[in-house]
Amino acid sequence: MDAVFLTFVFVLAIFLGFELISKVPSILHTPLMSGSNAISGITMIGAIASLRIENYGFAAFLGTLAVIFATINVVGGYAVTNRMLEMFKKKDEGGAK
Amino acid sequence: MSSSFLAINFAYVISAGMFILGLKMLSSPATARRGNLISALGMLLAIVVTLFSQGLDYKWIVLGIVIGGTIGLIAAYKVEMTSMPEMVALFNGFGGIASMLLSWGEYHQNPQMSVFIGIVASLSAFIGGVTFSGSMIAFGKLSEKIPSKAILFNGQHLINGTILVVALLATVFFASHAESLYWVFVLIVIIALVFGVTSVIPIGGADMPVVISLLNSYSGLAACAAGFVISNNILIVAGALVGASGIILTRIMCKAMNRSLANVLFSGFGAKIQAGGDGPQGEIKPASAEDVYYILEAADSVAFVPGYGLAVAQAQHVTRELGDLLEQNGTEVMYAIHPVAGRMPGHMNVLLAEANVPYDQLVEMDDINPRMDSVDVCVVIGANDVVNPAALTDKNSSIYGMPIIEVHRAKTVIVLKRSMSPGFAGIQNALFFMENTRMYFGDAKASIQALIAEFKGGN
Repeated sequence: MDAVFLTFVFVLAIFLGFELISKVPSILHTPLMSGSNAISGITMIGAIASLRIENYGFAAFLGTLAVIFATINVVGGYAVTNRMLEMFKKKDEGGAK
Repeated sequence: MSSSFLAINFAYVISAGMFILGLKMLSSPATARRGNLISALGMLLAIVVTLFSQGLDYKWIVLGIVIGGTIGLIAAYKVEMTSMPEMVALFNGFGGIASMLLSWGEYHQNPQMSVFIGIVASLSAFIGGVTFSGSMIAFGKLSEKIPSKAILFNGQHLINGTILVVALLATVFFASHAESLYWVFVLIVIIALVFGVTSVIPIGGADMPVVISLLNSYSGLAACAAGFVISNNILIVAGALVGASGIILTRIMCKAMNRSLANVLFSGFGAKIQAGGDGPQGEIKPASAEDVYYILEAADSVAFVPGYGLAVAQAQHVTRELGDLLEQNGTEVMYAIHPVAGRMPGHMNVLLAEANVPYDQLVEMDDINPRMDSVDVCVVIGANDVVNPAALTDKNSSIYGMPIIEVHRAKTVIVLKRSMSPGFAGIQNALFFMENTRMYFGDAKASIQALIAEFKGGN
């Protein structure tokens, strides 16, 4: 039953994703990519939760490595997206002149 | 079900809502930045509540966050805007490997997996592994650390097909007796890493927008599969959103090249230069900086059409400077951008935004084409295949049917180019020989600087 419930959530989220993303204009496609990339760093949650006291040795190694990579993804992804979006200005906001 | 467990999961629901809101606000440049912040806050919330779970070993967590956070911040603030495609490829790969490691760790701790969990665990490891090694190859190609052209090898389709079948069989076999088949799991990881390399290496540089979009989608799907393994809704929702985003971008990119995904992935497009000299022939009309200056000076409307060459020459700032001078001269200035110009979706928009071009001057292909006849001058900077009229007229051309920016319909076209060498598709461009085209040879940045000097001297 758990599997069915999770699949249900998955299918709904995919459709929601299609709806949301198809509204993003092509001018913002690069920030969309880096921003959604940061969201895929959500794996970090799982990696943190896997580092439990009773786990040591190889399991702790895998978990720590996962936390490192996922954190790069989250922190770097959001920071670089913010840097990009900061640059998009309208004309009257002091863009060209 | 303890109350802290419930509280954590309710917080995840809020996080998911914030991700969705953040993506929704990306639909306009005016709200996009706030959207990204909301999404980041959602992530922060999810991370913080997870840290409150019981029985965590904080020393490893803190170590991981400090190392990862430092690397991420440095990378994000040091990267040049022209290098954004390889940066995104790199981050994609890291997301993939994180999901792979998470599934591996989960399996290492609890090898007693049901068939369903066994399948999603190996799927997550496989997709994550492919995302990682594929992204590393894409990174290498985009940063020119390895040759960016398509690299073909004998029996490529056979090898890739075999790898996929083996991976599928290994997954089924593994899931049937997960607890006693550790070596099969490791085998799946190795196969995935190999497959990432063999599937991305035959894809050429200018097809990278498709590859990056696809890898983007994989990184989401890997996170999603990892979510199934640890029964965590937030991983599934966030992963699915990213997966959907990547799939949509992939489709848009393929459509903008009028090629199927299979064609992009498997054909080795651009590896072979078309033989024979029966391409378009004719007289080319070179122009000097002075000639171009007089044409631009007299124009009422000018559309710049940038391509990857603009990024290579780092010419975005001088282009904007020239645009400003034209505007002061009373000329209407636009920047017309093809969806696949550059090496990733939206690459040119980011570069021009960096150079302070206001986004209301960035025009999409479908908006500029209907009024192309009324444009006085199109200035093509480092673009080639995306302005080749053969895509509309020549049924034998390898790019026939691809939507292009129809610059040839403007009154005058000025093409900035280093030499007459063909573009990525390996075909000569009929545009260069047309009656209304002037070729302005040289490095894009130096050429535009020469024009700016003419303008400043003329005033």
